[in-house]
Amino acid sequence: MKHSFLSIEGLGKTFPAEDGSLNPPVFEDIHFKIEKGEFACIIGHSGCGKTTILNVMAGLEEATAGYVFMDSREIKGPSLDRGVVFQSHALMPWMSVLGNVAFAVRSKWPDWGKKQVEEHGAKYLEMVGLGDALHKKPAELSGGMKQRVGIARAFAIEPKMLLLDEPFGALDALTRGTIQDELLKIVQATHQTVFMITHDVDEAILLSDKIILMSNGPYARIAEIVDVTMPRDRTRAAMHHDPQYYRIRNHLVDFLVHRSKTYSGEAASADHDPRNPPVVQPGLEESPQRAAA
Amino acid sequence: MDNVKVKAAFISVLLFLVFIGVWYIATIPKESSSLSGASAEYAALMGKGAEKSGGFPPPADVGKAFVKYLADPFYDRGPNDKGIAIQLGYSLARVGLGFFLAVLTALPLGFAIGMSPLLTRALDPFIQVLKPISPLAWMPLALYTLKDSSVSGIFVIFICSVWPMLINTAFGVASVRRDWLNVARTLEVSPLRKAFLVILPAAAPTILTGMRISMGIAWLVIVAAEMLVGGTGIGYFVWNEWNNLALPNVIFAITMIGVVGMLLDTIFGRLQKLVTYRE
Repeated sequence: MKHSFLSIEGLGKTFPAEDGSLNPPVFEDIHFKIEKGEFACIIGHSGCGKTTILNVMAGLEEATAGYVFMDSREIKGPSLDRGVVFQSHALMPWMSVLGNVAFAVRSKWPDWGKKQVEEHGAKYLEMVGLGDALHKKPAELSGGMKQRVGIARAFAIEPKMLLLDEPFGALDALTRGTIQDELLKIVQATHQTVFMITHDVDEAILLSDKIILMSNGPYARIAEIVDVTMPRDRTRAAMHHDPQYYRIRNHLVDFLVHRSKTYSGEAASADHDPRNPPVVQPGLEESPQRAAA
Repeated sequence: MDNVKVKAAFISVLLFLVFIGVWYIATIPKESSSLSGASAEYAALMGKGAEKSGGFPPPADVGKAFVKYLADPFYDRGPNDKGIAIQLGYSLARVGLGFFLAVLTALPLGFAIGMSPLLTRALDPFIQVLKPISPLAWMPLALYTLKDSSVSGIFVIFICSVWPMLINTAFGVASVRRDWLNVARTLEVSPLRKAFLVILPAAAPTILTGMRISMGIAWLVIVAAEMLVGGTGIGYFVWNEWNNLALPNVIFAITMIGVVGMLLDTIFGRLQKLVTYRE
């Protein structure tokens, strides 16, 4: 079998309790794969360990069990191969906008000259529509613009994979929409492989090729993988005219509201295999209603 | 805004004038006629006019001292008679050197402590015990081991300025936002680059606060230290003039200590503003 670009095998995380004993694992037996050029979103309720999974993929945290492989190599520690966009933008306030991106560029290509670094950084800032804010300090920017700088910084190091931890969570709906459109455009143009955490069902449908559904923690698992079968050239404006859109959306909301707690512990059904979570295509089904897997 | 500034300046000047006025009235020499015959005779025998034995100097005398010393701040007529700028220069040089040595020690050590929870715990008892010791209490030990009063003064400045800087540096470094460190980690930034480009600027406002506190303490301590060891410096000048019972000169020196202290604090305030970032 062909190796996937990224594969996660048997990942689990247990945090120690205050008294030194072990808490029940937040998640366990997590298996999924992401192919090159694929945009994968992960959805689940708070506390199921999404951010921990992303941090393990970024190399910032260690899992208690399991492995993450990228390009058939195990991920151990952070690497410039993976660009991370943090939830709280994480810009350094003492550097200018361009300075923040240049800092990343210089980390990737230490022997580049100042001019080359700045041109490269400016190119990516123009891509996110910040061409005329290069020399501003982050404090002078709005929340949406700061997050754009964060995205430009992650893209600028031309990583093999992009990891986004709820990048638009702190933004108002209008700003979020605009940036989603921009991200969509960039990703479609660059065929970047992306893994993104989101709480927003519409955002997931708009952006992703597949949506990974996680059951509730503790003992969280991958419940299902939803194939977003709508054509790739979606736009936010036209998306809801596609009949597939509501089927997928209903499926996701239905999962989050009713089914996300039925995958672990006593309620877990015997025929669900977390190693090989069912791949569903609700968009192609005639009836939007679907029996629980 | 400007209006407030002007009003404040006006009130400041007014308060100053009131202060001088009260001082003037309080130090008006008593009428000679009030002296009894014997006292007047005694005063005459001592070669003094009655108005000069009034005690606390009136503003005019102090004013004369200001004019006298500021007119020629750089003269040097032997060990006990130097211009005020020279005396202040000695003090500033001691403070500068002691402070500089303290920076050289406190910044690297504070960095190490801030980065390592182990070191923080291991060194904490020492810092907690050494910090509250009055710098002057070190003086006998310093004089005995260093055998030089000037070097001892510098040591005392060093020891008193090292603690606030050390503690603030450690605190600033330890509380650098996790996010920024994570950015540096995902970018595989080398430790040295991380220290200078991420941690140092992130902790700089806290570090400079520590330096500002240290400088304030150092300037307080140098006066006392120089009173003890003597020789040169503004502290010695105050003590010397006290021994001469020249109170106008003492008041003049006190004012100079205040002005220089304010200037030092202003400089560090400016530096602090320079490194402070808005989030």
